[in-house]
Parts: sequence; C-alpha cells; structure tokens
Amino acid sequence: MSMDRRGFLKLIGLSSIGIGAGWMIRKPGEFLEAGSVSDLPGALEAKQWGMVIDTSKFKTEADYKKVINACHKAHNVPAIENPNHEIKWIWTDDFAHTFSEAKHQYMTEGLKDKMVLLLCNHCKNPPCVRVCPTKATFKRKDGIVQQDMHRCIGCRFCMTACPYGARSFNYTNPRPYIKETNPEYPTRMIGVVEKCIFCEGRLARGLMPACVEASQGAMLFGDLSDTNSVVREALRRHYTLVRKPKLGTEPVVFYILDLGRDKGGGEYA
Amino acid sequence: MYNSGKVIMGIIIFLLFVAFPFYYNIGRVIATPDPSLDTPVINELVEKKCVEPREFMRVEHMTMLNDWKDSAIRDGRRAYINTEGKLFEKSLQNTCMRCHSNKERFCNECHTYVAVKPYCWTCHIEPKEKKL
Repeated sequence: MSMDRRGFLKLIGLSSIGIGAGWMIRKPGEFLEAGSVSDLPGALEAKQWGMVIDTSKFKTEADYKKVINACHKAHNVPAIENPNHEIKWIWTDDFAHTFSEAKHQYMTEGLKDKMVLLLCNHCKNPPCVRVCPTKATFKRKDGIVQQDMHRCIGCRFCMTACPYGARSFNYTNPRPYIKETNPEYPTRMIGVVEKCIFCEGRLARGLMPACVEASQGAMLFGDLSDTNSVVREALRRHYTLVRKPKLGTEPVVFYILDLGRDKGGGEYA
Repeated sequence: MYNSGKVIMGIIIFLLFVAFPFYYNIGRVIATPDPSLDTPVINELVEKKCVEPREFMRVEHMTMLNDWKDSAIRDGRRAYINTEGKLFEKSLQNTCMRCHSNKERFCNECHTYVAVKPYCWTCHIEPKEKKL
C-alpha cells in the first residue's frame, strides 16, 4: 500500500484526536458528580492561634495531671515507662530548665524548681517544618504546626530541629501502652513522630483544646491577631515569657509570671 | 536450531510455571464477595443511603477517602457536602465506621477477595465487633 505525505498527515491528525478524545467517551453513569468541601458548623477560626499559660494557677501536682491526662486521653497518647521511648504531647519541667536563659544563681525563692507546663510552641518560624523532607509537618494558615501522620516517614529530622523537645518518636507499637482508648481518635503506629497539634480537630468542631478546657481558666487560647481576644488581653496585663526567644522561632505559647501576686503584692521592706 | 531439545523443554517448563495460578485454580469455587449492610445503625435508617450513591461509592470510595484525608488534614476542612446537599463530617472512624461497624463483613469482604491490604487500621481504630 502506498500513501502520499498529505494522506499520512491526515491520518496522524485524526488518530491523535482519537487518542486525546478517548477520555470523553464513557459509559452513561460514569460521570457521577462528587460533592464539595466545607467546614463543620460552628468551627472556630483565627488568623493566628496562640496560648497563654498562667503559671501561678498551677500549684499542685494535681493541677498539671488534670490537664495532661485530658490531652493524653483525648489523643490516645501511650504511657510508656522507658524514658527513651516516652511519648509526650504536654508535660512538665522545672523553671530553670524551661527558661534556661532567665535562670541565675540568686533567683526568687522557689522559682528555680517551680514546675512549668510544656507543649509544642507552634512557632511562627518553625524549624521542624523547614527540615521535614516529606512536608508531613507543615504550617497551617491559622498558625498551627500540623502533623500529617499519613506522610511521616520517621526520619526524625524534626526532632533534631525542634529546640523545645516537643516531638516524640514511636520506637514501638504504641497501642499496648494506651490504657483507655478513645474510639473517636486514631492512635499512631511504629515509626512516626508525634506532638501536640493545638487540638485542630476540636477547633474544627467548635471546641476549645482539651487542655484549655480541663485547666479551668489557667490556660487561655485565642486569636493573637485579634486585639480584643482573651490571649491579647492577658498579654497586655501580665508579664509574660516565651521559651528561648533568642532562637527566633517565635513561639505562640506564652507564660504568665505573676510573682508579685504569688508573694502577696510587690512590697519590699 | 541448536539444542532444540533443551530449549523446547525450557520453554515448556517456563510456561507451566507461569500458568501455575490458572490451572491451580481450575475447578475451585471461590465465593464472590458479598459485603454486608447488616449493622444496627444501618438497619435503623429509614432511607438506606451512604454519603454518595452505591455505584459511586463502589468505584470511587478509595479516591474519596484519600480526598477526605487530604482536605481534612492539609486544609483543615472537615465537612463534606454530598450531591444532595447533606453535610457529613469527614471521618473514617466517626462517620464511615459508625454505620459500617462490621469491618470484617464489609471492608474485608472485597479487600480480601482482590488481595488489597489498605493500611488504615495501623492507626485508625476499628469498630468493636460483637462476635456471634
């Protein structure tokens, strides 16, 4: 069979249309439309979420336990005894270790050993996000440093990058260490890194973070970009600290340090 | 052809090996999957409807779950409005499995048949099934 140049080009043109249009030819019923994405009714939104912790309102062991238990129970955080394998979303350490830059030899009595509640600082400039090779940890528009467990490959770069030790690695299957499982929240699996997520799932349902709810006013949560929010009001009225400000990570978890109030006023005889 | 005896024998052995799954399964009756909708929550529904029509769910549920996962986690948008305008929370544990509380007879039924092993359940918690 012989074919001239013109005939050949025509045939090529027609067949390429045929190939390209193949996707349009579908059986009836194959074009089922899927629905649309939306927010849950009552979802809480902010430009920049932030938290203020009033250290003077945490006095006894029970005050911390109450908050930590609420978080760890809600998120199926395992209780692993081995300190090398420990998983923590919210925990405590003493003042001298928490604010190591502010400590000195002659500190206010009792302050050095005062326990402070710690959690992910949801930094405005998070080093963990910068180092994550899979973007499993990322910054949301509302400032929350979120963790996508489906993407985490367990490389632990984020743990090395975080200057606050806010991240824990699952060296073992966490399931056997969860005493009481919350059926409404997933667990994690061996080989992923986890941390506090500012209860973004609860915010989406119109609820305050579990720790804030359990703290009964000792922890405040709100929009830092809104000058009338509770957090901004608290920051205006009290002396507050953030952890390791020198590093430039810009934490959004603030600590109220009302020593005067603890000591019954600022009188120095 | 050189060594034709060996070559032909080799080809025959190769074909027998490759075709092993076919003749191994000849005459075997394997029950076609029949996912069950017999759960307390579904039985109580007046109108037995999933998030989207059955035909859509059958073909697209994996794509849909993947889209849900991405938009819920990455964009924080946790609601889905279906083609009828009804709102659902995007949640495998709290939405899907609340009705389909029979993972064994619903999910596994087809997944085992087609030999796929979705790794949802290493983290997501399976509904507690009552053993009869």
